[in-house]
Amino acid sequence: MTDIPILSLTIFLPLLGVIVILLIKDDENSINNIKKVALLTSVGVFLLSLFIWLQFDNSNPGYQFQEKFRWFNDFNFYYHIGIDGISLFMVILSTFLTPLCILASWESIKKRVKEYMIAFLTLETVMIGMFSSVDILLFYIFFEVVLIPMYLIIGIWGGDRRIYASFKFFLYTLLGSVLMLIAIIAIYRLTSSMSIEDLQGNYFAKNVQMYLWLAFFASFAVKIPMWPFHTWLPDAHVEAPTAGSVILAGVLLKMGGYGFIRFSLGMLPEASEYFSPLVMTLSIVAVVYTSLVALAQTDIKKLIAYSSVAHMGLVTIGIFIVNAQGLEGAMIQMISHGVVSGALFLCVGVIYDRMHTRDINFYGGLVNRMPIYATVFMIFMLGSVGLPGTSGFIGEFLVIVGAFKYSSIVVIGSATGIVLSAVYMLYLYKRIIFGEMSNKKLIEILDLNNREKIILIPLAIAVIFIGIFPNIFIEPMRLPLESIIFNYELANAK
Amino acid sequence: MAQLIVFLPLFGFLFCFFFGKIFGFKASQIITTSFLFISAILSWFLFFSYLGEREMEVIYIFNWFTSGNFIVDWSIRLDSLTTTMFIVVCSVSACVHLYSIGYMSNDPSKERFMGYLSLFTFFMLMLVSSNNLLQMFFGWEGVGLASYLLIGFWYHKPSANNAAIKAFLVNRIGDFGYALGIGGIFYIFGSVEFSVIFDNAESFKDHSIQFIGLNFSTIDLLCFLLFIGAMGKSAQLGLHTWLPDAMEGPTPVSALIHAATMVTAGVFLVARMSPLFEYALFTNLFIIFIGASTAIFAASIALTQNDIKRVIAYSTCSQLGYMFFAAGLGAYNASIFHLMTHGFFKALLFLSAGSVIHAMHHEQDMRKMGGLFKKIPFTGAMMWIGSLAIIGFPYFSGYYSKESILENAYYSSSSMATFAYTVGILTALLTAFYSWRLLFMTFHGETRSDKKTFDHAHESPLVMTLPLILLAFGSIFAGLLFSNFYIGKMQYSFWGNSIILHESKHHYLPFIQTLIVKSSVAIGVMLAALIYFYKNHLSKNLANNLYPLYSISLNKWYVDELYHSIFIRPYFYLANLFWKKGDEKIIDGCGPNGISKLISISSYYLSRFQSGYLYHYAFVMLGGLVIILTWFIYY
Repeated sequence: MTDIPILSLTIFLPLLGVIVILLIKDDENSINNIKKVALLTSVGVFLLSLFIWLQFDNSNPGYQFQEKFRWFNDFNFYYHIGIDGISLFMVILSTFLTPLCILASWESIKKRVKEYMIAFLTLETVMIGMFSSVDILLFYIFFEVVLIPMYLIIGIWGGDRRIYASFKFFLYTLLGSVLMLIAIIAIYRLTSSMSIEDLQGNYFAKNVQMYLWLAFFASFAVKIPMWPFHTWLPDAHVEAPTAGSVILAGVLLKMGGYGFIRFSLGMLPEASEYFSPLVMTLSIVAVVYTSLVALAQTDIKKLIAYSSVAHMGLVTIGIFIVNAQGLEGAMIQMISHGVVSGALFLCVGVIYDRMHTRDINFYGGLVNRMPIYATVFMIFMLGSVGLPGTSGFIGEFLVIVGAFKYSSIVVIGSATGIVLSAVYMLYLYKRIIFGEMSNKKLIEILDLNNREKIILIPLAIAVIFIGIFPNIFIEPMRLPLESIIFNYELANAK
Repeated sequence: MAQLIVFLPLFGFLFCFFFGKIFGFKASQIITTSFLFISAILSWFLFFSYLGEREMEVIYIFNWFTSGNFIVDWSIRLDSLTTTMFIVVCSVSACVHLYSIGYMSNDPSKERFMGYLSLFTFFMLMLVSSNNLLQMFFGWEGVGLASYLLIGFWYHKPSANNAAIKAFLVNRIGDFGYALGIGGIFYIFGSVEFSVIFDNAESFKDHSIQFIGLNFSTIDLLCFLLFIGAMGKSAQLGLHTWLPDAMEGPTPVSALIHAATMVTAGVFLVARMSPLFEYALFTNLFIIFIGASTAIFAASIALTQNDIKRVIAYSTCSQLGYMFFAAGLGAYNASIFHLMTHGFFKALLFLSAGSVIHAMHHEQDMRKMGGLFKKIPFTGAMMWIGSLAIIGFPYFSGYYSKESILENAYYSSSSMATFAYTVGILTALLTAFYSWRLLFMTFHGETRSDKKTFDHAHESPLVMTLPLILLAFGSIFAGLLFSNFYIGKMQYSFWGNSIILHESKHHYLPFIQTLIVKSSVAIGVMLAALIYFYKNHLSKNLANNLYPLYSISLNKWYVDELYHSIFIRPYFYLANLFWKKGDEKIIDGCGPNGISKLISISSYYLSRFQSGYLYHYAFVMLGGLVIILTWFIYY
């Protein structure tokens, strides 16, 4: 089993698909072939990643499926990849959402289909690569390259204000990344090592940790995004095509949370302890503030984008509580949010494809014509609200439970999400789905077609499955998170 | 057997959800109803097996999740408290299922309705059979969801949608407290399993804890948080506003969820956690206070409501108040006993009201009824039985439970208990009044409906009357049959360890007090008879003369208006403020947009240097030369 480089295969299979697509002629007749190749490739990648999950050893806290080659002779840069319980589900989330995104774009993308599919498959490679990098430089390269296809997807296939949105997105994230690059160079200068694995622990002096922590924070706080660095997100979501939003919310935001766990907690424990009140403050503000802002939105996508910020606020709270419940809660919340908000954006895409507007006031009474749509939307809404039995509950609740060991104010702050999220989601659902169908233009609207059912039903199953059987997801990440907690407590002498 | 009881309703729901459309509504109705009847019969068997001295039993299903030392299992806990709830939930639910076949016969989405009812029953059974706080929370929120779906069942009605959202949100405010309570209990006890909490409760008796900077007695705080949850679910004063609005749902739903089962979940929670609440001295006073206030507050509103369902809704609210102050007094057995009898007679009242509404072609306004007894005598008789039970007419079920609550209040020594006792008697008077007002306005006197509706009024079909008979049976005999076990001689062997029982010698009220209680009920009935039966214009005169009081009662003490102006409006205002001013003005204005504006302005001015005129450049060069020369000369 060890002979086949299965992880590299997973990472680069989408690129193989890109090459095949490049070979296909770019004309009207072959558009379908291009789509099929893209879909098949991404499904193949998904199956490969499931295979990795099956082979995954829960009792091993370290990296598995490792591959390591030296890049340069004179520097300690390696092509070093591997997967542990923290990255496993991030990878699977990426591979799970990509085929659904390609399916979702099947009819809605009409121009430059070939380039679009290429961008998507490249994006998939880069996402998987980033989550499975063990070498910091490799991680950084993937982390940055993610921007390019995403920038193009928003900038080329986006809505009317796509240029503004894509620039905002690009500049915000780039600004953070530059600081992160400086931090990475500093780390290499200090340790001559670029291995995430080796640097886990408390290797830096406290004052050095502070600077490094702030540099990483700049990058991850923008990515996740934390208040007040969040305003690029609603714009990017609104302008991005449906599939772009799905990946953006489903996977790219998680890069921030993933980075916080790996770099901030894992490498800079003392600084994390020092700065955790800051993170808590910003996160609680995010939960309350963006939940309120979400209520005022008239654009469905913007509303869901703001809800993402609120949900990510819970993730950062969970991470910086640094105990088993907090961290596992944050991880589950990230997985759940990936599925739920991805699904919500797909739901928006369904009606956007039909009516070409995302204005909430345009809709109303959709349940009369679209009962299946109303049902799946309901399941995702409940997931977003965090009803017990759905995926959203487990993460949210574990974070609240974990927060008790931190401070009662954080507990209350994070628990307000229970009420506030219900306010804007139920209000949204009522305005779109329930009521009489008052808008004449909606009379002919059709329910989900088979393609849309294939996209949304697996997601609905995932929401409930994670909610009822969360152990399957918690178990692989237990040991790696425990070792992070152990290092953290050791460093801070708790 | 217990698994069957709990999961049969779920299977019924899943059948409706996946195959309802394919096999048609008949199949859905048959499957859900028969499953529920099986559940109900099994739960009665189980209940009888617990009438003897049977040990508590936990059936482990599987581990839900484990995170660190936070371990939560799916399991079923069987004891006399659970089985009591089983019989209430399953029997009422089975009756309501059957009744709905008739009541909803003209509705286009019957399978959806039956499915929701079964789903609700499943969640409710999960709630009452849980062995830890989190599974209970699962059921707790689940019934909230089912209630939301069922209140908003007629989704084309805006009022129904708003009521559904209101119900969900108000409940969520309660759940906020409940969730904090669970988290806190885990923090203190290291587990959410009931047995661990109960075993260690005593050792935390004098423990105190810092919370938001203040020092609280630990158990008081935890119980207070849990009680917030109970207040939300059981519509207690402050969080009661959703319950009357919930009457927008179909009437069977009101009977099942908003009268007999779901709203009693809060009482159940307090009784289930009684080993913990036992030590929460301050919170218990608070519970008594809230319970007693709710009892009289809701009753005062019920006096003037004209919607037949709203009267019963407020009466539910008020009866829940009784249950709570009993629980606060430590009389958990009386509280649960009242819960059980109330489940039967309130479901009976609601379903009878449904039968009236059905007969009157969906007219709910009592001002347009009257004299219906001649047209629908059976329903009228059922309503009479229900009303006799609710006012505690001797030997009807309500008599035993309410009497027992008042006894407990009378014999408790605290001043809060005296308050509760006084309020309890006053509320009994009001209860009698509004119950008989309802009877007179609906069934007796001259009819005020238009002739056509009145002539068409007809008795309901058998599927609707049969459940009424079953419930009437419960309303009459539940007290007589079971009072011995719940509050009488057998109570110790019956309850075992499932709730805390206080040493009570089963006092009876002294004669003079009994007289006061009985006569206040009689006064209530007579007043109602006087105003609404004998002197028809008296009600109008009273309303005019006591206009301020009347309008307060009619407008539900203006609580909705108050909440609207102090919570909802500022909430929306704040939302817009944060968005427009916070995000767009401040963050974007100073952040990306501000910086890009700064850059474009500065580059505009910088680019002015590149004018293209030679003399500009020459001038700048000359200026530069002067500056450099100055530098070199002087420094």
